[in-house]
Amino acid sequence: MGVDIRVENLNAWYGQTHTLHDVSLHIPANHATALIGPSGCGKSTFVRCLNRMHETNPIARAEGSVRMGDVDIYKDASPVEIRRRVGMVFQRPNPFPTMSIYDNVASGLKLNGFRKKRILDEVVERSLKQAALWEEVKDDLRKKSGASLSGGQQQRMCIARALAVDPEVLLMDEPASALDPVSTSKIEDLIFQLKSEYTIVIVTHNMQQAARVAERTGFFLNGKLVEFDATHKIFTNPSDKRTEDYITGRFG
Amino acid sequence: MGSRLRRLWRAALYLWHSCYLVPRAALGVAIFITELCPQRLRAPISFLTELLAAIPSVVYGLWAVFVLVPIMRDQLGPFLYKTLGWTGFFEGANFGVGLLTASIILAIMILPIISSLTRDIMNAVPNSQREAVLALGATRWEMIRIGVLRNSRIGIVGAIMLGLGRALGETMAVTMVIGNHPDIAKSLFAPGYTLASVIANEFSEATGDLYLSALIEIGLALFLVTIVVNAVARLMVWAVTRNAPARVN
Amino acid sequence: MNFQSKSMRLNTAWRSAANYLVSGLSILATVLVILPLLAILFYLLYKGTSSLNWAFFTHIPAPVGESGGGMANSIVGSGIILLLASLMGVPIGIAAGVYLAEFGRGRPFATAVRFTADVLNGVPSIVMGIAIYSLIVMQQKHFSALAGGVALAIMMVPTITRTTEEMLATVPHAVREAAFGLGIPKWRTVLSISLRTASPGIITGCMLAFARVAGETAPLLFTAFGNEFWSFDLNQPIAALPLQIYKYAISPYDEWHRLAWAGALVLIAMIMVSVTLVRIFANRGALKGGN
Repeated sequence: MGVDIRVENLNAWYGQTHTLHDVSLHIPANHATALIGPSGCGKSTFVRCLNRMHETNPIARAEGSVRMGDVDIYKDASPVEIRRRVGMVFQRPNPFPTMSIYDNVASGLKLNGFRKKRILDEVVERSLKQAALWEEVKDDLRKKSGASLSGGQQQRMCIARALAVDPEVLLMDEPASALDPVSTSKIEDLIFQLKSEYTIVIVTHNMQQAARVAERTGFFLNGKLVEFDATHKIFTNPSDKRTEDYITGRFG
Repeated sequence: MGSRLRRLWRAALYLWHSCYLVPRAALGVAIFITELCPQRLRAPISFLTELLAAIPSVVYGLWAVFVLVPIMRDQLGPFLYKTLGWTGFFEGANFGVGLLTASIILAIMILPIISSLTRDIMNAVPNSQREAVLALGATRWEMIRIGVLRNSRIGIVGAIMLGLGRALGETMAVTMVIGNHPDIAKSLFAPGYTLASVIANEFSEATGDLYLSALIEIGLALFLVTIVVNAVARLMVWAVTRNAPARVN
Repeated sequence: MNFQSKSMRLNTAWRSAANYLVSGLSILATVLVILPLLAILFYLLYKGTSSLNWAFFTHIPAPVGESGGGMANSIVGSGIILLLASLMGVPIGIAAGVYLAEFGRGRPFATAVRFTADVLNGVPSIVMGIAIYSLIVMQQKHFSALAGGVALAIMMVPTITRTTEEMLATVPHAVREAAFGLGIPKWRTVLSISLRTASPGIITGCMLAFARVAGETAPLLFTAFGNEFWSFDLNQPIAALPLQIYKYAISPYDEWHRLAWAGALVLIAMIMVSVTLVRIFANRGALKGGN
């Protein structure tokens, strides 16, 4: 089951550059939320603050309050704990090339100390089914390396890998931008099915994608959250002129 | 020549001594420099490692003869005999020179090479791998282990072999501390010989063509062994680093 | 999967501990590796500076048992050998590098050249010494400074070749094309344009090779052989700093030990200066001639 995310006055810096300005929003549980905006507007930075990946860069800094459920992820828990509860799928699939498909999906579990074969087998199968990849790879689980799959399959495997540790939130940073249209639509179908079980935040350049999968959408511009509302409202009747300009393609 | 075989075995033996501790230490340094080190210290420390690699063999030898050998003879040797003497590896008269001393100075000499090569290999791993592991909820060491080391296994083995290849041919420092005795004993304190030190030591005493030819033949053997080790090692390192994108931090 | 369960917390604590342990170990490893360097340098300074005096730099070794004397002939001898080696090695190395980068792309001969250079690079210095001994010293029936120079030159060539090739490869193709477009013939382009652009890096490579052979002892054992007196004859054995250090270090005389330390200090100083210059030059070159 997912948790909701409350962000209050989040600011972020890369060195001296102030990349996020006072961002506040409430992401509802068990829904898909899309974040749109032009390149460099800060949406990726924002999402990386949600699982504390932002701070892995030595010159990066974040301040503000991010609460998941009743946990302040910056004050009440360590980055390691948070990242286990919050899964992330990256723009380019990044399978572990030296591991088989099975080991890739099971890697998160093994990290957390689960070694029993029976449990691992179960979870790997369940995750691959959730990621709609099971049928395609079930015979080659241990024989094929994670990197030998096609781009779309790799990304679905990365989704399975993220789901295997049973996160409450799933962050997706432009998960389909490096994929062909067929794989893209498969992943969108996936998001549609997963969102009732997890809280999904998806960053996307593709406005049609946002309109297809997300209930709520946020528009970022220059590090500020300009507007955050129900998806259909953002796309048909935005309140802010800047949002409207972006939607209608006047810049971006 | 049976004694040539024995000397080859000798060279292998003390390489084996260096084989366990040295790679781990070099790896430790490489890990420290690439992953753990604060940004500002990174350049000075790698510069220091470069300087270490530039010190000539004869200077290491000089230091070893006057500093390391007395330590081995007066402090470390007796200590080892007291604690580990039961293994039979520390028997016999201890003059400070011998297999163990040679191994130690050799280890010190090849550490910088292995270190900087390993550093290059680790830097060649793309950042996306590190992030993938971190995002699953891994500690920093786990990230290094799974995201970096696992991906560079082959290259690291290659780097170690390159270091060992260099160790094979090291002459001066080893000659000065190995004790120069053409025999194989079980004790680490016993003096010994290596392919290279044989040539260096006996050259001036070589009377007659046969003696000289024997020494040159040893040189050939050394040459061939080194070539093979180096070739295999370079292949491994090349295989890992050839597709490396520049690492953006 | 209950995150807050006891076994999970134990697991997290254990992993945390492992994390700290490894961090500690690698810091320890770094200290252990840097330590010998510092130990050697300080010991050298301590032992060497007391013996460094004017006599050291101007006198030749005193007869056995007498005090005083210096390593003047060794320092000069090293200089001569290194000069010979550079005069032979640098042009060959650069020429080979130029061939590999500019004229030999894709040709099987170029691959053979590159392979040979790599093999040469891995040859232990003592083997090089023995080889030159067989090839030159035995034919001439005497040791010579020239033979020493040849041995060191061959050792310099692979490093210089590889660096030259890499540096020339960084010269943007657009620059070459601009020259061709102006009608400049290829050989001229290579000389005036490519080489000049890549020159900081090439110089760096030469200094690197220099630093590497400056301390070599083993090859000189069989070629230059060493000399207790002044000698400027290239066809005679000549003294060299590393050789002298070796000879004095394994001798039983305290006086000679003292001189060995001083000699080592001078040798290290020479090499450190080269290495540092390389670092400085390399950084400058990266900004000037690079991409």
